[in-house]
Amino acid sequence: MAVREFAERGADLELVGIQKRFPGFTAIEELDLVIPAGSFFALLGPSGCGKTTTLRLVAGLEEPTRGRILIGGKDVTDTKSHERPVNTVFQSYALFPHMTVIENVAFGLKRRRISDAVAKAHEALRLVELDHLAQRRPQQLSGGQQQRVALARAIVNRPALLLLDEPLGALDLKLRRQMQLELKTIQEEVGLTFLHVTHDQEEAMTMADTVAVMNKGAIEQMGAPAELYELPRTVFVANFLGQSNLFTGQVVGTTSTAITVEAADARIVVPTARAQRHQGEVAVGVRPEKVVLHTEEPAATADRNVLGPGRVIDVSFSGVSTQYLVDLGALGTVVVFAQNVGSGPVAGLGAEVWVSWEVAHGFGLDDVPVEAGRFPADDSTTSIAAQRREGLVSELEEH
Amino acid sequence: MAFAAFATAEAQPQVQKRKSRIALFLLLPGILYLVLFFLTPLISLVLTSLQTPAEFGDIGQYDYAFNWQNYVTVVQQYLPHILRSFGYALAATVLALLFSYPLAYFIGVKARRWPLLQSLMLVLVIAPFFISFLLRTLAWKQLLSDESFIITSLKALSLMAPDAHFTGTPAAVIFGLTYNFIPFMTLPLYTTLERLDTRYLEAGSDLYANAFTVFRKITIPLSMPGIVAGTLLTFIPAAGDYVNASRDFLGGPDTQMMGNVIEANFLVLLNYPAAAALSIILMAAILVLVSIYVKRSGTEDLL
Amino acid sequence: MSGEVQAAAVLGGFAESETQEGGGPRGLPRRRRVGLGDWLLPVYTVLAFVFLLIPIVYTFVFSFNDSIKSNISWRGFTLDKWLNVCNVEGGAVCQAFTNSIVIGLVATVIATTLGTLIAIALVRYRFRARSAISLLLFLPMATPEVVLGAGLAAQFLAVGVPKDMTTIILAHTMFCISFVVVTVKARVASLDPALEEAGRDLYGSPSQVFWRITFPLLTPGILAAALLSFSLSFDDFIITNFNSGSVSTFPKYIYISASRGIPAEANVIASAVFLFALVLVIGTQVSRAARAKRLAKLG
Repeated sequence: MAVREFAERGADLELVGIQKRFPGFTAIEELDLVIPAGSFFALLGPSGCGKTTTLRLVAGLEEPTRGRILIGGKDVTDTKSHERPVNTVFQSYALFPHMTVIENVAFGLKRRRISDAVAKAHEALRLVELDHLAQRRPQQLSGGQQQRVALARAIVNRPALLLLDEPLGALDLKLRRQMQLELKTIQEEVGLTFLHVTHDQEEAMTMADTVAVMNKGAIEQMGAPAELYELPRTVFVANFLGQSNLFTGQVVGTTSTAITVEAADARIVVPTARAQRHQGEVAVGVRPEKVVLHTEEPAATADRNVLGPGRVIDVSFSGVSTQYLVDLGALGTVVVFAQNVGSGPVAGLGAEVWVSWEVAHGFGLDDVPVEAGRFPADDSTTSIAAQRREGLVSELEEH
Repeated sequence: MAFAAFATAEAQPQVQKRKSRIALFLLLPGILYLVLFFLTPLISLVLTSLQTPAEFGDIGQYDYAFNWQNYVTVVQQYLPHILRSFGYALAATVLALLFSYPLAYFIGVKARRWPLLQSLMLVLVIAPFFISFLLRTLAWKQLLSDESFIITSLKALSLMAPDAHFTGTPAAVIFGLTYNFIPFMTLPLYTTLERLDTRYLEAGSDLYANAFTVFRKITIPLSMPGIVAGTLLTFIPAAGDYVNASRDFLGGPDTQMMGNVIEANFLVLLNYPAAAALSIILMAAILVLVSIYVKRSGTEDLL
Repeated sequence: MSGEVQAAAVLGGFAESETQEGGGPRGLPRRRRVGLGDWLLPVYTVLAFVFLLIPIVYTFVFSFNDSIKSNISWRGFTLDKWLNVCNVEGGAVCQAFTNSIVIGLVATVIATTLGTLIAIALVRYRFRARSAISLLLFLPMATPEVVLGAGLAAQFLAVGVPKDMTTIILAHTMFCISFVVVTVKARVASLDPALEEAGRDLYGSPSQVFWRITFPLLTPGILAAALLSFSLSFDDFIITNFNSGSVSTFPKYIYISASRGIPAEANVIASAVFLFALVLVIGTQVSRAARAKRLAKLG
């Protein structure tokens, strides 16, 4: 039975105890998720984290090994893809090459025997400003145009749930921005529920109301983009969503307002409310743009953490900001973003510097970094190369 | 700067000339061969088809002429054979397509996860090529003869009239043509289906098309190049075949095709003009049919 | 391999074939719905292969038939025919077989050489009359064999050439060239011109670049074309029949003997050729799959 009516509003999506195994590996361990109607939800994670599998499960292109999928309160686990009120904008767009643009867009409407399919398809094409290309073949369009046709082909059906599978991945930066804006506008206009899958943190943060960071088949943390960025709970989130300076040490003092962590002789204070763990070995961190660089040792105050002295080992100028890499000896290296409000860098290569940040900006994580498994995003190329090589070697051994 | 531009402009034609000389050197032997042994034979076939019997000549002696009456004569004499050729070939092509499509789909799409199985199945598809075409056909003749297990069983089950035959009937000839040209149909179908991007099928299913509609609206149109290539590779040789229809193989006196009468006229009756005229008719008809078919199916770039 | 890629590869819920142990806290383990479509196609495929192979098995079995003259009814098992293939009719079968091999080899060598040169020219060079040449190459494949055979025969008749081995070889070479061009062309087209440029960049002369880079890279395509040529030539009957005069080839021998009965020795030769080709092809497929597997492991 095909879905014959338009969903006038978006619907809730509910995943209950979903597990998905493939021969040889488990893509999704155990997933519970509720996406409220009308929201723009992003699943963010590196490739292989299970986010695309989740999307395919919702679309009905895969069957879960266990668990239920509910759309608008109705259990759709046992229905086939074509029976679900769900449409997908595929990563490859998957525009039918043997049909014209308008035939592509009207395809879903015709299957559901909706009247005025062609007129409605033209309307959808006007929404993405491509109606003048209705008679072209997909191969004759540019990447950005194809993407918009794919979007029109999905939204014309007014699905309860729209799935976006890294639809902007193939576009260049300028087009991406344009499409991001367009998607957001359309979402607001038609009020559908959007489930967006991406590995691009910026794309997820700029577009979604709620972002769920996925890693190794499970959701690590979920929340509003700003919340996730300001208060990451795990090492993975801290590093995947933006950059972080992380320090691992023992908790040496806990009060109701703050915990003190001793890491390589230095003491770092973090608000208790912003720390996940309050005793034992913990990792604490701060975002690079919150860190301030000093050429003279600043006076210690209760509301600032000061580390140093250290040495500037790299300076890279990128227009709006300058990025410094400061070697703090046993504490490791710290990344500092300094806005270019003055003129030129305040510290040169090799200069002796101190770094400081407001206690209120720090955060404490639920886990500690595994030494071998990570590298600061802006480490030197040799260490990145070494890291990649190790990764490849271990991957080879797995097979 | 200007000098550099001038220099390259000067050098360009020279390179071009040298390159086209290499191309000529590469092409010449093969093209010359085809002109000598394909094109000129076609011309001599046309000339032969217009010959008249030599005055006071022996059987098989003819003079060059413009005797277009030969064409009228052969059409009048052999119209049933001409119609039969195209009818049988068409039936065999449709049957081979129906037989091959699911097979090619399984090998090309469903078996993608197991590349070794896929290639072994392909070997099985072409396996009949490894054994003589004539022996295969003779094997079917024995397997489907009146005394054979298959036919006696069919008669015992009353699925066939007790006094009916299979060999020697049009059905047997069509059966033989179908069997013998199945690999020609399956291979091109496999080639396009193997490259079929299953994401299009998923997109179709995402857009409310059930399995049957996905097949009809997406799989079939996307495999059109394979269907066209396969039907051509089956139809053309089937229309010109004379082994299956031969009395010593699966045919009978009422199943003779154009190939049989061309062979008989050329090699037995030594009526070369008639054989040549029939050949020209066969080739012209096939070219016309093929070009219409290719144009209508929108796959001109296939050629 | 990343999860997504594997997920994409595992279409149609193949994944559920893994057995699950126990139910989750809320979700129950799900049984996969096995629909008609899941087994219909595999069963059909098996039956289709049985159908395709029936005459081959028949031919093979009857090569062991203790037949006297015509090999029609089963008279008991014997290895005699395999051991004394050439002893029948004064070795006529073997003579025909040898002729077929010789014709096949010579025609293959000529056709493969000429066809490969054309294929290289077609892909690598732009020239006028290109479409005319493409048509000239396409037409022999679109012409029924009976027309090709009759045309050549008419030509030989007009020129007064007696039909013998040479005319057969000339005929076979003609229809093989187009197939060689098609096969090799695909290989040349997939060849990255940068490889040859790199060869020239590394001080290779044009002939060194051809023999040390282009030719080795084309070898698989050329070999495939040669195999195709040989099998087309070896199995050809229709064109041969028009241009062979009194020379016998293996298919022609069978055609002529068909009315009075084929001796089991013909089945022996056909079966031997079949087994040889099958072993050759399966061997290359298996070794290629093994190599692909090793490569996949490294990647």
